[in-house]
Formats: sequence, structure tokens, C-alpha cells
Amino acid sequence: MRGFRAAVCVVVLAASASAGEIPRAERRSGSDFMSRETRAMQDDDTANPGMLWVLEGESLWNKKTGDAGRACAECHGDARASMKGVAARHPAFDATRGRPVTLEQRVNVCRTERQKAPPLAYESRELLALTAYLARQSRGLPIDVATDQRTQPFLDAGRATFYRRQGQLNLACSQCHDDNWGRQLAGNVVPQAHPTGYPLYRLEWQSLGSLQRRLRNCLIGIRAEPYEYGAAELVDLELFLMWRARGMTFEAPAVRP
Amino acid sequence: MASALINAPPRAKRGEIIEIKTLISHPMETGYRRTQLGALVPRDIIRLFVCTYNGTEVFRAELHPAIAANPFIVFSTVATESGTLAFQWTGDRGFSETESVAITVD
Amino acid sequence: MSRNTSRREFLLTAGGAAAGIGLASVIAVEPARATPATMQEAIRKVVGPARVNPGRVKLELPPLVENGNTVPLTVKVESPMTAADHVKALHLFNEKNPQPDVASFRFGPRAGRASVSTRIRLADTQTVIAVCELSDGSFWSASVNVVVTLAACLEDA
Repeated sequence: MRGFRAAVCVVVLAASASAGEIPRAERRSGSDFMSRETRAMQDDDTANPGMLWVLEGESLWNKKTGDAGRACAECHGDARASMKGVAARHPAFDATRGRPVTLEQRVNVCRTERQKAPPLAYESRELLALTAYLARQSRGLPIDVATDQRTQPFLDAGRATFYRRQGQLNLACSQCHDDNWGRQLAGNVVPQAHPTGYPLYRLEWQSLGSLQRRLRNCLIGIRAEPYEYGAAELVDLELFLMWRARGMTFEAPAVRP
Repeated sequence: MASALINAPPRAKRGEIIEIKTLISHPMETGYRRTQLGALVPRDIIRLFVCTYNGTEVFRAELHPAIAANPFIVFSTVATESGTLAFQWTGDRGFSETESVAITVD
Repeated sequence: MSRNTSRREFLLTAGGAAAGIGLASVIAVEPARATPATMQEAIRKVVGPARVNPGRVKLELPPLVENGNTVPLTVKVESPMTAADHVKALHLFNEKNPQPDVASFRFGPRAGRASVSTRIRLADTQTVIAVCELSDGSFWSASVNVVVTLAACLEDA
């Protein structure tokens, strides 16, 4: 069996010598690769498990918190209006920090600086709920991360990570997601890896989770040391992936296998 | 925390069969999973779901660990009169959650 | 631990055929596990000595699922649902999860329709059986075989 697997591995890698970037017109969301049943779960807000987090996010949005005793709503009003498009534009450049930050990091900046509350832990229920609620307000809008000379170095760093071989399996993201999308990997179809629906309900997790959780899963899958949540490598990769998906429709909170 | 999502028509005609969708947040821990260190994660599931219509039980579901996390149950009932549809989930570790929605029947 | 290593071995196999072949041998076996025999026992416990006739029940499950953690299922029985003639209960059983019982749904004439949708967990490719109990005391059943595929990239290191 070992010889067979190694041979197959070599075939896969050789075939993927360099198919290159996916042409813009051929880009498809992960939902296109799902079964009809999983797509139905996503498309129905009364059946999408991600909506449980969106609902909780809504109540957190309106809840006073921190030493400042302030709710998000006090500064930002109705999220349906004020937060429209925000998730589809993140990661976004933060002038104070001199680098792009994710939506999660942006929420924590507000919490610590404006609400005088402790930051929410990555993948905590509250942070997932708030980001799910925010992401929901961008549903249907095109992904639109701003790129200019300030974000360029970070975009380039993210791109380099995407094309770099990593881990014990010595695979680059591009080898599966640029060169072999649409093919099967252990019974699942390989998607193109566009983050069109984060945070999303992943059936494998039986929970809602962030893009960084998914990226760490992939890194673990290729037997690489996963970067810590919030690490620059992950934020830069998120920026690159969102840029790679620019113009595609945002569909959070999505459902994925 | 909004832990349950109910979808039922707010209004129906007398005698009409209405569909009710329920979704509740719960890990439905099977009791068969192990931690990284090999310890068994104890079972923690919702065992019973009951729907009452103005106090009368109209539907009941007995659940086992094979029901997926964040249990989703869709069922029907006949719109007989205006009033309240009440939903109760009970389970391990004293879990108990209730929700209700109003219905107007013409 | 062996379960995770086995799953990882699948990463190197590019080909949908791999999903069907050898799945049974790769999935880790938890000590307690339902078998077709324990499933029949579980059905007997619910049904008693009565005969279970195939038919009348419609069990809808996707023939192939992307993830066994959440499998959508609908089960229904055509019935007038009157006081004189209705479905009393629908029971679901499985063959290869650690336990054979899945759920029991109880109805009455107020249900209007004997139909339930839910989401279940399937640990492996297996058969799911639905048994319905009618008000006249008869039992009917339907079964569906579901192929369960594994996720390629798992979280556990």
C-alpha cells in the first residue's frame, strides 16, 4: 500500500507542475462543489446552523459591556446599515498598527479601546457570534479588499505563503487549490479555496468557525506546524485569499462539509 | 443568548396544516469521543423535544446521540385555534430550554 | 490515534474510488458498536412480537454524504391522520454507529401530516431503517443505504 500511495502522490504533484492562477471567469465558490443537501442547508436562514451564532451576535451587539459600559450599537447604530460591506472589505489596513487586520482583530480593537473590555479569545463563542453577525450584513455583496501601496507588502507575503511548499507533505496551497480544484481528495471534492462565506458552519467541526481555523486545519492536514491564531502569516494569507476572491459574492454564514 | 431558532407561520387558517422548523444550539456530545489524552468525553445530549399547542402536546421527539449537533427538527401540526405554540427541550445535565411563539388562526 | 493516522493516509490517495474501497477497514472501531444484529434487537424492543412489513414509509436520505456528522433526513408516511387512522410513531435505527437507536417521533391526529425532517450522524457507510407504528397496531418499515465519505483535512494533529 505504501508504494501505491507514494506513486499516486508523485503523480498528483507531477501533474500539478504549474497549472497557475485560476482565470477570473472560472472562479467558483466552495458552495458550487457541495452536495445539493448541504447547499440547501446554507440557503435557508431558518435551517442554517450558522444563524444561531448570528442571532447571538445580534444580542451581543446591543449589550453594554466593559468598563465603559458601552454597547457596539451606541457608536455604530443599526448594524444592518452601518456594517453593510464591512466584512467583505476585511482584512483592512489599520493605520495605527501599520498593517492589515482581520475582522476579529478589528472587533477586539473596539472592545479594548472603546468599550474598555478585555479582548475576546479567538474562536470563542462571543467572537464567532459577533463576526457572524457582522459577516451576515455583507451577504450578497462583492468581496472588495482594498489594495494599495500600504497593503502591497502584506499581500505579497500572503501570496508567497500560498505558493510556498510547507509541511511534511511538502505541499503548497496552490497545488491543491489552483492546480487540482474539482478533483477528489479522499472522497471530498477539492474546492478553489475562496473565503466567500466566513465565518462558516463546518459540518466536520459541528460548529461555526473562522477562516483562520480552516487555514490551521489545512496546515495540520499537510503536516505543517500551524501558525497561531492572529499570526501575521495567517492575516497576510487571509488578505491574499480575499484579494484572490475579489468580486466574488460574499455568502456568510456559509455551510461547508 | 438566543439559543433556539423557531420558524412557524404567525398566521394560519383553521384546519390548515402548518410546518414548524426548530433549530437549537447544543453540542449533542455523544459520549463516544475521546480527548487528545484518551479520556472519554461524557455524554451530553438533548433527550426530549416536546411541542404543545395551548397546553396540549401535539408532537414529541425522543433523541439519541445519533442526532446531529445543533438539533434541527421539522414537523407539522394542524392550526386549530389562536394561541401559543410552546417548545421544550430537555436533556442531560439538567438541560432545559423553552421557547414559544404566538399564532393567530382565522 | 490509529483512526487519525488512517485518515491521514487517505490524504495521499487522489481518487473518488478510494472513498468506497477499504472504508470499513480504515475507520477506527470504538469498543461498543452496533451491528445489524443489535439493530434488529433494538427494533424488536420497540415493536415487540409484531411483524414489521416493508412499505408505507418513505425514508429520504442522500445516497452519498460529504460528512457523516450532519446527514439530512426526511421520513414520512402517507396517512389521513384522523383519530381512526393515523401514524402513532416513527422510529429511526442505524446499523454501524455505536448505538442502534437514532430517534423516535410521536404523532397523533393533530399532526396533520406524519412527516419529520432532521439531521443525523452516521459513523460509517451503513443502512438506516425507519419503522412506523400505525393506530391499527401494524408496523411498517423502509431502509436506505448511505455511503459516508471522510473529510480529507482533519483538525486533530
